[in-house]
Amino acid sequence: MTFRTPTGGSIDRNTLLHFTFNGRPYTGHPGDTLASALLAHGVHQIGSSVKLGRPRGIVAAGSEDPTSLVQVEAPFSEPMLLATTVELYDGLVARGLAGQGRLSPEPDPARYDAKHEHCDVLVVGAGPAGLVAALTAARSGARVVLVDEQNQAGGALLGVDEYLDDRPSAEWVADVVAELKSTPGVLVLERTTAFGMYQDGFVLALQKRTDHLGFAAPASVARQRVWRIRTRQTVLATGAHERPVAFADNDRPGIMLASSARTFLHRYGVLPGSRAVVFTTDDSAYCAAIDLAESGVDIALVTDARPEPPARLAAECAARGIEVRAGHVVAGTDGDRRVTGARIAPLAATSPDLTVDCDTVLVSGGWNPVVSLFSQARGKLRYDAELGAFVPGEELPTVRVAGSATGELDLGACARQGRDAGAQAAAAAGFTPGGQVPLPVSDSRCTARSGLVLWRVPGDDDASFVDLQRDSTVADVLRATGAGLRSLEHVKRYTTIGTAHDQGKTSGMIAAGIVAEELGVELAEQRPTTFRPPFTSVSFAALAGRDRGELHDPVRVTSIHPWHVAHGALFEDVGQWKRPWYYPRDGEDLHTAVLRECKATRESVGMMDGSTLGKIDVQGRDAGKFLDMLYTNMMSTLKVGRIRYGVMCGVDGMVIDDGTVIRVGEERYLVTTTTGNAAKILDWMEEWLQTEWPHLDVHCTSVTEHWATIPLVGPRSRDVLAAVAPSLDVSNEAFEFMTWREAEVAGVPARVCRISFSGELAYEINVTAWHGIAVWEALMAAGEKYGITPYGTETMHVLRAEKGYPIIGQETDATVTPQDLGMSWAVSKKKPDFIGKRSFARAENNRTDRKQLVGLLPVDPAVLLPEGSQIVETDRLPEPPVRMLGHVTSSYPSAALGRTFALALVRSGHERIGETLYVPVEDSLVPVTVTESVLYDKEGARRDG
Amino acid sequence: MTVSPLAAWRDRLAALAPVLDVAEVPFRSQLTVRVSDPDALAAAGSALGVPFPSAACTFTSGTGPFGDAEVLWLGPDEFLVTASPGLQVTIEEVLRGALGTAGGSVVDTSAQRTTVVLQGPLVRQVLAHGCSVDLHPSSAPVGTCVQTLLARTGIVLQVTGEDRCTILVRSSFAEYFAAWLADACTEYLAVA
Repeated sequence: MTFRTPTGGSIDRNTLLHFTFNGRPYTGHPGDTLASALLAHGVHQIGSSVKLGRPRGIVAAGSEDPTSLVQVEAPFSEPMLLATTVELYDGLVARGLAGQGRLSPEPDPARYDAKHEHCDVLVVGAGPAGLVAALTAARSGARVVLVDEQNQAGGALLGVDEYLDDRPSAEWVADVVAELKSTPGVLVLERTTAFGMYQDGFVLALQKRTDHLGFAAPASVARQRVWRIRTRQTVLATGAHERPVAFADNDRPGIMLASSARTFLHRYGVLPGSRAVVFTTDDSAYCAAIDLAESGVDIALVTDARPEPPARLAAECAARGIEVRAGHVVAGTDGDRRVTGARIAPLAATSPDLTVDCDTVLVSGGWNPVVSLFSQARGKLRYDAELGAFVPGEELPTVRVAGSATGELDLGACARQGRDAGAQAAAAAGFTPGGQVPLPVSDSRCTARSGLVLWRVPGDDDASFVDLQRDSTVADVLRATGAGLRSLEHVKRYTTIGTAHDQGKTSGMIAAGIVAEELGVELAEQRPTTFRPPFTSVSFAALAGRDRGELHDPVRVTSIHPWHVAHGALFEDVGQWKRPWYYPRDGEDLHTAVLRECKATRESVGMMDGSTLGKIDVQGRDAGKFLDMLYTNMMSTLKVGRIRYGVMCGVDGMVIDDGTVIRVGEERYLVTTTTGNAAKILDWMEEWLQTEWPHLDVHCTSVTEHWATIPLVGPRSRDVLAAVAPSLDVSNEAFEFMTWREAEVAGVPARVCRISFSGELAYEINVTAWHGIAVWEALMAAGEKYGITPYGTETMHVLRAEKGYPIIGQETDATVTPQDLGMSWAVSKKKPDFIGKRSFARAENNRTDRKQLVGLLPVDPAVLLPEGSQIVETDRLPEPPVRMLGHVTSSYPSAALGRTFALALVRSGHERIGETLYVPVEDSLVPVTVTESVLYDKEGARRDG
Repeated sequence: MTVSPLAAWRDRLAALAPVLDVAEVPFRSQLTVRVSDPDALAAAGSALGVPFPSAACTFTSGTGPFGDAEVLWLGPDEFLVTASPGLQVTIEEVLRGALGTAGGSVVDTSAQRTTVVLQGPLVRQVLAHGCSVDLHPSSAPVGTCVQTLLARTGIVLQVTGEDRCTILVRSSFAEYFAAWLADACTEYLAVA
């Protein structure tokens, strides 16, 4: 049996679409939603409820629907979509859900993107009020964006058969949209839901661009787009949602909102059923009843909870043979997978006085203005006792509300509000009005009149559902108030009402009303629950946009990166940088490759790409003074041409970074930072200069990426450098440790520094990044006869650890002082002040049992301690709590030492040198000997080659 | 031999035509100048033959002893001077001389960022997918220069023509920038 009307609706009846629902084939038409197409086949049950497994159908026609959750299986599996908002397409496969869907394990093949948009006036909602507002603003010359969640403009007009100005309302809508689209500076976004409103006119909107195309969606077009709109002024014309009434067994399929049934009729040409009972507390359901009756639905009865029905509408019903019973309600229903009967009772009575057979119950409990975005914009809400709903309760400087979102029910008045709001918004944005937009005149037979506010019908509270999606009932609300909860926020959390996909669009107000009734307080005294984004569900894929795959996070690469790739390097992520980790040869694992790289470097020559090191040019008359304040040691005494290692501390005296300082000129230094801290240290410097020491003549400029930096390391490094820099005297006498020289290296101007992070003779060669790869290759060629070996970060870590050099962030964790690291020598005793100095005098800093950096040698030289291992005092674990002495910060096998070793932070570590401690590894306690942190070449004999 | 950050991307960027004409302009001379003294700014402008911009978020351009040059406003006391390749050493000396005793700094940052020119009627549209600054001509006329984010990389954006922009991007982020740009053009290429 079909429930499709012979004519009407904005669907293309000449085209048939095939789809599958719950395993069965169906047909529909372009213009249908999945819900309307199913209703056309008489299918009301979509799924079952999340907790109780009760059959659930379609309650509303739009995004406020609490129940019609489906999983779309094809073209791509997507959970938790509403059948009422899924536009039908050929080949759609879907099934109903029991409250929970399933995320696809496959990557989503669709593209998603984002776009920034700026405007003077943003209008949300393309119903009568929004259209007039947008057109009014557009005629003033303002940049206007109009967003609307439907696939066509019109708003509430889509669900009625009203005439405006004596012609179908669709024609009026089309004219307005046509003028908007042809006005320069106006952007009309269909299928676009403004889902979040934030400070300063920032609005997020989700546009569904190709969802409705199904299999035909072009792969190159982003399926959904998040519009990031920044507007000066906003007009919210977000409309109103019809409110149900809670009564016993009000959740059966076939029970829906009256205006939604009317929408299914006029927009989709679909009847909700054959025989309907209408339960209303206001006038609007009469229009639904009359329209449906004229379309062939047997309206068995209209129950109006009010003692007096509206005379004219009641007369119209009578003229069509529809019985209206005033002072009556639907107090319960019969049925299983579909409602089969409505139990009618007087409002005040306790038991039904008759049961009416029906397959449809249409409910109207009044209207809730959609105030979500207004509330998100921090607008205060006010309870309107006549409407039984929260309405915007104040004016906001940049946000205006128009139309039924204000609680206004009359179309003419809504349009007038739209015109006023549009004009005011444009004026506030600095535009003078253009031609006045004429207000449409409706032929609607429904007079605007508020009804009786009724939240619930007395009956079986356990079966009277407030939030159909959460299976939360009137009984749950009473349990909450009975437990002493008074705040709506608390009741919401206790009952979970309003926490489902629909965010309580149909349930929140009823819950609030019942709470107030139970507590005997005025709703006006109650603070409504906070509306939060998103207004409707937004998928993570849409929020991610194109920030996924290779664009998920920028991959930073050095100028020499292509060489590393070409030579088989494996990479380590250091912040956003890709750094060569090691260069495995055939069959090598990390372990063997690193031992080989270490050995080659210590015995002959190796080199690495150190370009990621942070580099900051510090210039100005007070540069030395400034660096003296930043570093714990003295920098102003450094002579031009020389280099000094330095440690930086925070104001708490804890190490935050280290590096070298090169004195380039009398008033110019080059500071290096650790790779990960480059930006942080530049910010740190700027912060001090701008907030505390603006009088200093110092400027800091990042030059990290200007330079490619190549450490050339090992006893043969001097020979290699000499070969590529013939004009440079590389002898130890002419080019001492911790000095730098300008020189031509491989024919390129370079700054060569004698710095070593391995203890070996080493040169750090700096050239502009453009020359990086050429110089690297020249060094490789010149070093070939010495077996020059490129090495990565892992070998660098081993080489420096053998020398006891800490890595900031590995050996330190913001609780470590220079003294803890054994670097008292780097803390000036002469300087009157520097950042962190004051903290060094604290008692806590001078405790002898602080954790201090030491070396650990496992008694068994083959045992490799896992980094992060805890260290304990005894060879047997006592009962918990076990006293932890510290932890292993670095641990490696060492080619130079012929054994494993580790660095660790150990309580009173410096005093424990020579002691045996224990490291729990899996089920055993590994004995280790505490040593000084420097394990290799303690005399520093290798430094000069 | 020199290699620019986007050398390997030349063909892929060229393939974005006709949506956008995209080309890296490599090896430009670039100097970061930090100074706030008005006299020093004027002197530096005279030495360059291009006045330093006085308005925030703008750039100036002109021809002087170093040929065509531009001065980009990057902050209240921070400017970027750009000119043809190979002039950075000389310009650095001349500008430092012009600053005299006024304090401030001049730093050669030529290889710190690379320059990419984008041209085409859709340039503002494409950039709007990742740039939150209003690029509408009424808000970002020719002569605009902003430091901002494009997706997840910092950029300096110059509006150099009605449908022409110059982007300066840090060298290490250049490939990310190029990959993002290519992706953002995908949809426009499909309909072009």
